[in-house]
Amino acid sequence: MKSPLKVKNLTVAYEKKTVLKNISFEIPEGKLIGIIGPNGAGKSTLIKSILGLVPSLTGTVEIYGKIPKMQRNLIGYVPQRESVDWDFPTDVLDVVIMGQYGHLGWFKRPGRQEKELALNCLKQVGMDSFSNRQISQLSGGQQQRVFLARALAQKAQLYFMDEPFVGVDAVTEKTIISLLNDLKEQGKTVLVVHHDLNTVKEYFDWVILLNEELIEIGETKKVFTKAYLQKTYGGKLMMLDAD
Amino acid sequence: MWLQLIQDPNLRWILLGSIFLGLSSGVIGCFTYLRKQSLLGDAVAHSTLPGVALAFMITGSRNLWGLLLGALGTSLLATFLISYVTRKSRIKQDASLGIILSVFFSLGLMLLTIIQHSSRGNQSGLDKFLFGQAASMVRSDVNTIVIVSIFLLFICAVFFKELKLLCFDFEFAKGLGLPVILLDHLIMLLMVIVVVTGIQIVGVILMVALLITPATAARYWTDKLHVMVIISASFGVISGAIGTLISANVRNLPTGPVVVLIAVCLFVFSLLFAPKRGLVVKLLLRKKLRFLQQNQLLQQELEMEAKHEY
Repeated sequence: MKSPLKVKNLTVAYEKKTVLKNISFEIPEGKLIGIIGPNGAGKSTLIKSILGLVPSLTGTVEIYGKIPKMQRNLIGYVPQRESVDWDFPTDVLDVVIMGQYGHLGWFKRPGRQEKELALNCLKQVGMDSFSNRQISQLSGGQQQRVFLARALAQKAQLYFMDEPFVGVDAVTEKTIISLLNDLKEQGKTVLVVHHDLNTVKEYFDWVILLNEELIEIGETKKVFTKAYLQKTYGGKLMMLDAD
Repeated sequence: MWLQLIQDPNLRWILLGSIFLGLSSGVIGCFTYLRKQSLLGDAVAHSTLPGVALAFMITGSRNLWGLLLGALGTSLLATFLISYVTRKSRIKQDASLGIILSVFFSLGLMLLTIIQHSSRGNQSGLDKFLFGQAASMVRSDVNTIVIVSIFLLFICAVFFKELKLLCFDFEFAKGLGLPVILLDHLIMLLMVIVVVTGIQIVGVILMVALLITPATAARYWTDKLHVMVIISASFGVISGAIGTLISANVRNLPTGPVVVLIAVCLFVFSLLFAPKRGLVVKLLLRKKLRFLQQNQLLQQELEMEAKHEY
């Protein structure tokens, strides 16, 4: 049984400064995994370098035993919302259809099948009534759900999500986490860069504690402890409740 | 009088050239607008001038292919320099753009002056490249524009969905495995080609307006990219055609300014009257809502009074 993601000796630097140092880990299938760490820890960079969006100095990445480039059809990606200009002339349905471009290939045009799949994905995030809405008219939570629907349309096995819970309303947050659990039940694996320590125990089976280096990785109940968190956050952590 | 003009076969050819230029400029203008690279089009246009001058000095003729090659050469060099300076120094892209544009353009003007002073000077017709003169085109010039435009339209149609995704979400496109750098360069290359073929009609100085204005005007009318491209192309065609018709019939009137003025009129019209986003429509909508609101308040008051009378 190949692991969905195996990272070995990953080092990423940006303008002479190391952002990630010698990261190595392996994750099990069918889990919700949170990537936790202080600001600037390299959490987004970790995802981006795995996907090949930023170059790495050293290291290998294996997704189900092969390099990411060969496994594009198994990967789903939800980038940060602010990476996009939401005033772009397109509607909600179109954005979700874009998730299928990888499957369509170069010269095929999206047809009825793609449209139906896209509507289905929108239904799963509760946004199907918005399918003709111009994306600039969406709230933050709605935008996030559209991004999620697009990732669902990628029909992946391994999902990467970059801070999907930032700035979303409570309803959206509930929708997202419920959807992630559905994915888990289908045997898929989800890696989420997460910022809110309060919800880690509730949401994630496993955590990756990161601060330039890999502090620890493992089951939340074993790894998400005061001791390890102190190590991850250094002096910056204000204690919330006794662990 | 206008019908008579279109009877003139020469004018018909020239009109065809302007129409195709408006078409391709409107199309690629949408993509450069969405990539926020419109000003790069200005730098490209201005930096073609020394290339055109040098080509004339070297070949001694006004052959369009020579001039286009020269224009392509210096504009690509300028584009490279802009990104090189931005990457390797502390200068930001907008300043880098301004500097390179000015340097190349000044060089071009100096070379033009040298040409004017030389024995061939008066015959060069190169000064027409500053503001454009559609009427100076010969049939082979028009053929070039038409071929280039059809090629551009074909490319944009074939790669439409990839270009759309690239402009909307670069990172996601990269994540899907799209060759984003290549596609980005493709957009730039198509823009350079349009600019280089367009400067003979609209001129070096105002070419950028034909890239930006139709696309910006089209944005007001729709929220769908493929519709925006069609409207932008139409606006480009209208500007090019009317601009050419007018300038061809007024002595010594360069084409560029007229084309630009038509394009701007279309833009102002869009700004005011486009449904949903137009200013006039927004104003009328606000008035209507206010009227309805007041009506509602009045009704509520009447109902309250009726209740009190019991």
